[in-house]
Amino acid sequence: MRPADEAELSEAIRGANGPLVVRGGGTRGLFGAGEALDTGGITGVRLYEPAALTLVAAAGTPLAEVEAVLAAERQRLAFEPADLRGLLERDGVSTIGGVAAENASGPRRVQVGAARDAMLGVRFVDGTGAVVANGGRVMKNVTGYDLVKLMAGSRGTLGVLTEVAFKVQAQPEAEATLVGEGFSAASGLAALRAALASPFDVSGAAFVSGQVLLRIEGMAGSVAYRAGRLRALTAGDWTLVEGAESAALWRAVRDVQAFAGRPGAVWRISCVPGEALAVPQALAAARVPHEALWDWGGGLLWLICPEGQGRVIRSALGERGHATRVRGDEAAPALPPLSPQVAALEAGLRARFDPRGLFAGGRG
Amino acid sequence: MDMPVPDAAILSRKAAIVARLRAVLPADAVIDDPAETRAYECDALSAYRARPLAVVLPRSTAEVAAALRVCWEEGVPVVPRGAGTSLAGGSMPSEDSVVLGIARMNAVLEADCDNRYIRVQAGRTNLSVTGAVEAEGFFYAPDPSSQLACAIGGNIAMNSGGAHCLKYGVTTNNLLGVTLVQMDGTVVSIGGPFADAPGLDLLGVICGSEGQLGVVTEATLRILPKPEGARPVLMGFGSNEVAGACVADIIKAGLLPVAIEFMDRPCIRACEAFAHAGYPDCEALLIIEVEGSPAEIDEQLAAITVIARRHDPVALEEATDEAHAKRIWLGRKSAFGAMGQINDYMCLDGTIPVSALPQVLRRIGELSRDYGLEVANVFHAGDGNMHPLILYDANKPGDLERCEAMGADILRLCVEVGGCLTGEHGVGIEKRDLMGVQYRPADLEAQMRVKDVFDPKWLLNPAKVFPLEASAARRAG
Ligand SMILES: Cc1cc2nc3c(=O)[nH]c(=O)nc-3n(C[C@H](O)[C@H](O)[C@H](O)COP(=O)(O)OP(=O)(O)OC[C@H]3O[C@@H](n4cnc5c(N)ncnc54)[C@H](O)[C@@H]3O)c2cc1C
Repeated sequence: MRPADEAELSEAIRGANGPLVVRGGGTRGLFGAGEALDTGGITGVRLYEPAALTLVAAAGTPLAEVEAVLAAERQRLAFEPADLRGLLERDGVSTIGGVAAENASGPRRVQVGAARDAMLGVRFVDGTGAVVANGGRVMKNVTGYDLVKLMAGSRGTLGVLTEVAFKVQAQPEAEATLVGEGFSAASGLAALRAALASPFDVSGAAFVSGQVLLRIEGMAGSVAYRAGRLRALTAGDWTLVEGAESAALWRAVRDVQAFAGRPGAVWRISCVPGEALAVPQALAAARVPHEALWDWGGGLLWLICPEGQGRVIRSALGERGHATRVRGDEAAPALPPLSPQVAALEAGLRARFDPRGLFAGGRG
Repeated sequence: MDMPVPDAAILSRKAAIVARLRAVLPADAVIDDPAETRAYECDALSAYRARPLAVVLPRSTAEVAAALRVCWEEGVPVVPRGAGTSLAGGSMPSEDSVVLGIARMNAVLEADCDNRYIRVQAGRTNLSVTGAVEAEGFFYAPDPSSQLACAIGGNIAMNSGGAHCLKYGVTTNNLLGVTLVQMDGTVVSIGGPFADAPGLDLLGVICGSEGQLGVVTEATLRILPKPEGARPVLMGFGSNEVAGACVADIIKAGLLPVAIEFMDRPCIRACEAFAHAGYPDCEALLIIEVEGSPAEIDEQLAAITVIARRHDPVALEEATDEAHAKRIWLGRKSAFGAMGQINDYMCLDGTIPVSALPQVLRRIGELSRDYGLEVANVFHAGDGNMHPLILYDANKPGDLERCEAMGADILRLCVEVGGCLTGEHGVGIEKRDLMGVQYRPADLEAQMRVKDVFDPKWLLNPAKVFPLEASAARRAG
């Protein structure tokens, strides 16, 4: 099914009598079995006010189209959604609704927050076919419950997004990255934390292939000043990479290019930054070959290792983080386990928003 | 403004209910003497009052759970309360309710600057969260003007903002985790000192749910390193429109000040008379603050003044030192106090797209003439969060009603131009009956379904947020 608008989508959902697999461009997310419901027919940028930093787009609008419209005004989505097609060996067109439903957030997370923090409003069709609007298109809005957040990252399990309003950001005048060599994982991760604990407004903090990467964006003079201060913060062998070259470094981090095309399971782990070594150390102790890279100042750990390590990974994390398997196959579930209390609340919400279980496939 | 008729059956069982609460809580944690419960009869929306059945002041999550469990079994409504500074009637009780105050739960549980988070009990005041990490050079960013008094639990329930949220976001953008007690006493832990709690974003829904989904007893908050410095600049303009256009140009240019505050002539005059901040006599005034090192501040302010000069400012004054900066902020910070000196006022909180600013200010001026009530405008211009203050005389019969009618018209106007009823103060009882202006029945139904899941008996702060007729069947149980 490929409805052309919200009304057709509502009809389709009302008429459905079995599980649906909601997909934007099919570039991210998990897929179960069922009839395909493609949002790619519901497209278009519906409102764009550069001076108000707001953009409203139909959910099926390709991400690339949104990015092009913004770039024409020297603006962007601050949360830099990743392009994981290379990593996940998928092709297809990433849609803005898919980005929202996955809460797909890139390296700038440490400075500006996640996709959900940039989402101002949504329209969606729930499992009963009801069209629901929540939030709006203004920066501050506490009118009623925030279902925008509930929909962000819900992976299509509560309803099908038809429209999303975003707060956007001006492109900075300048961008640069400090690249530090000669760090161990422990000292590199400590350097990331020190940078983030400084007032120098770092917009990216990653440790990849033995290199510390610290991004600074803003007015030219300010970027130069902060780069100087950050360099002095931690002893090391630093070089400054600017402009397009810096941008390319962060695209690679964002898209986890280092793991693309390599065999094995890929895990995405969210953890307390100071404990970012717990999982790699546990794997090393168990003599499991693995490779890790860290974004978000150590708070996001990407891991590639043989399949079957889910239990080791989760027990090393304990209560201090959670792990999602984004690639590979094994008995351990892809999504992190929930406490019984949270699981009960989730089940309650699903029972009300999707009483017929049409969207259960997205649960993984 | 109506409230449901108190449940006579509950009122008649008061002694038994209080006895059950006393059985599970320490003696000093249960108050039922009307002379003492009086302190809890209203919040900062003081025109509306009701004496609660009883007040409980627990000291721990376990005590909160025990108290809620009793009320759940007895079918008694509970109104959670932080510091009672809500401007929307969010913590105003009903006569058949138990107020659950969290003021005694104010401990810091864990402060970790290396990982940039702090875990506190929810009764801790906003300002004292910053106080706990200040010495290490950190701060908690959301800064409501009431920050000396208001509690983190209240901030979470209202998703409060502040003058600096243009850069740092509001409560929801700085909240990492909570411990929540549901009405039946179930304790749920959501999120923690890491990004994105697994599963659905329940944290995002709890934040801003106005005490209707559960009682927050603990919170994990993001803390940030303090900027090297900050400096405000003051600008005066010949009209509201020109000041509005200047704000739009600054934002469009990609400059991101931490605050852009706007005051119109009635507000400037009142503040000047009250605080003697030395404000220029003009139609509209902007206070713009930027952060960074001295050189970074110079760089940003240079770019901002270039834009401002294109709009022929009648005054342009950059703070030259700390004392000067304080003086620039003085008038703005005393705006509400200044208004309170000359009149009773009602403070609205609608948000509009910044592009609609001139049009909305013009229309508010017309409404002010039609209703014969003066309006002073002071607001966060960078994000379109308006704070029109409607001046009225509480001693004059009919004035409050006229003021409320005019307020409703202004809020309808905000929604009409693409905005919303409330940007940071919340719905409470104040905007409850206007919800239908912004949301269709299906939209409200979706929100009420969330409450059905967290609080199936609709006992937590039940007469708030949703229009009474929309929630009637659910409240009846
Ligand atoms: C002078 C003044 C200036 C203000 N300035 C601002 C401002 O700049 N920005 C802004 O956003 N607001 C502002 N406010 C409004 C108010 O301060 C905020 O809404 C604040 O967050 C309320 O906190 P509180 O602790 O006083 O909560 P209360 O008033 O006690 O309660 C508010 C709501 O939270 C619920 N609640 C309280 N604690 C809990 C809990 N632990 N668990 C669940 N629910 C709970 C209550 O039931 C109620 O619905 C201002 C108010 C005043 C009087």
